[in-house]
Amino acid sequence: MTASYVVVGAGPAGMRAAEQLVLAGVRPVVLDEAARFGGQIYRQPPTALHRPARDLYGLEARKATGLLSRFAEMLPHIDYRPDTLVWQHDPGSLQLIHQAQPGELGYDALILATGATDRVLPFPGWTLPGITTLGGAQVALKFQACTFGPRVVFAGSGPLLYLVAYQYLCQGVKVVAILDAADRSAAWQALPAMAARPAMLAKGAWYVARLRAAGVPIHHGARLVRAHGSDRVSALEWRNASSGGTIDCDAVGFGYGLRPETQLADLAGCQFAFDANTQTWLPEVDPTGRSSVRGVYLAGDGAGILGADAAEVRGARAALAALEDMGRPCSQPLARRLDDQLKVHQRFRDGMEALTATPANWAADTPDDTVVCRCEEITAGELRVCVQDSGAREVNRLKALSRIGMGRCQGRMCAPAATRLLAGATGCTLEEAGRLRGQAPIKPVPVAVLGRLAQTPSAAPLDDPEAAGALDD
Amino acid sequence: MTIDGRPCNALEGDTVLTAILTQGTRLCSADATGAPRAGFCLMGACQDCWVMMADGRRVRACTTLVQPDMELLTGATP
Repeated sequence: MTASYVVVGAGPAGMRAAEQLVLAGVRPVVLDEAARFGGQIYRQPPTALHRPARDLYGLEARKATGLLSRFAEMLPHIDYRPDTLVWQHDPGSLQLIHQAQPGELGYDALILATGATDRVLPFPGWTLPGITTLGGAQVALKFQACTFGPRVVFAGSGPLLYLVAYQYLCQGVKVVAILDAADRSAAWQALPAMAARPAMLAKGAWYVARLRAAGVPIHHGARLVRAHGSDRVSALEWRNASSGGTIDCDAVGFGYGLRPETQLADLAGCQFAFDANTQTWLPEVDPTGRSSVRGVYLAGDGAGILGADAAEVRGARAALAALEDMGRPCSQPLARRLDDQLKVHQRFRDGMEALTATPANWAADTPDDTVVCRCEEITAGELRVCVQDSGAREVNRLKALSRIGMGRCQGRMCAPAATRLLAGATGCTLEEAGRLRGQAPIKPVPVAVLGRLAQTPSAAPLDDPEAAGALDD
Repeated sequence: MTIDGRPCNALEGDTVLTAILTQGTRLCSADATGAPRAGFCLMGACQDCWVMMADGRRVRACTTLVQPDMELLTGATP
């Protein structure tokens, strides 16, 4: 079948995009890999688990409730499809899986609001049970009312570090230490830009103050040396310029800010450009959400990390751009207001970047025995030997030779590490090291489902647009 | 439900990951070395929590809600 407007993702960007489309009188399809809308930030627990919004979303409870109930109100006007994975993009159409059944959906305008995951840089022992991303530690709490612990170390950098530590503290979990990769001076550097959003800045200060009041030690400029333990983590060794130590713990949550989920934008043919500020390759997108591909719009953290509030703005703005391009009237005053709001978020984000540090000299400090790829257990040493023996200078070449980024996660967890190790081994920049190209299926797909796809009559003429079009609806 | 053949209970609304990790430390095993794993991102991105069931099917533990009579295998050697 074909739908005019398709939104992928039902986080803040996807929900606000859908809202604008509904207000314009069209009925969008919203594809959501999750079982319930909300995305990661406003993730809703399974229906069997009832918890008040205040417990789930803390200081963001009012915002979360407002956004979730707004989307719920609009559901009669939206073709909302939860539990639906988009695993491939063909020109003008998406390949889906819903309840083990394959499907195909054509579109005229596609808004990708695919969100983000933690940016991970490995350290020896990071695959031990008990060690998760910061986002993972938060999901356990938000989605399952469970905590890792009872003694937890939170490490890495970025806003999530202090937020998750604060949330665990509020649940009575013993937060034994915070190991912040950013230097103490980073907060002062960040302050002027972050003053663009005083309320947000105040929340961050509140989390840190509460953690300090509870006596949680906070170490800055910290590097993670090694996690110890046999069947699960039992201690975490760390170091910074002036001190270090080994902390006994039962769990570790870590991450260095977020990285956008860009696989679908990549498969859609969007051009990418190197962003010097975040040292990442990002899909090109203008402030209205238009990508380099006609009819494809990018919104939310999937188009570059700006946070949840900015995601709402970008979702709404991308929807207006899509409507305009499809020849429908769209509110110019609203568009201008959204453009102005986005500039404020951008200013705040520029400040935040200083806080979202990665450990200085990470590549040089990472020992050869460190597993870099969780999926296929490829080590830093193997990658270095591969670079040395082959002369690989670009990460997709390294992928072809070593299988880094070829496993089940498709490079989501190992790409930042692989490109840094490659740059470290060759002396090239992260820009020159390149980015792992997205490949379908972007997430694991059962062979049995692909078999069913092959048996459906639409499978044969996939490459023939006319024939495929005839099978729509 | 059972975990490695051992009968046990879970709450409605628990993911397979929660059901297993509230009772033990190992969720599944790394493909190459068989080392213990226990999930990582919990949001369907890292794919490091696929759990085998006795009937041969595999489920992504962080996004699959536990169902009555599931027979889950963590790959632990008895």
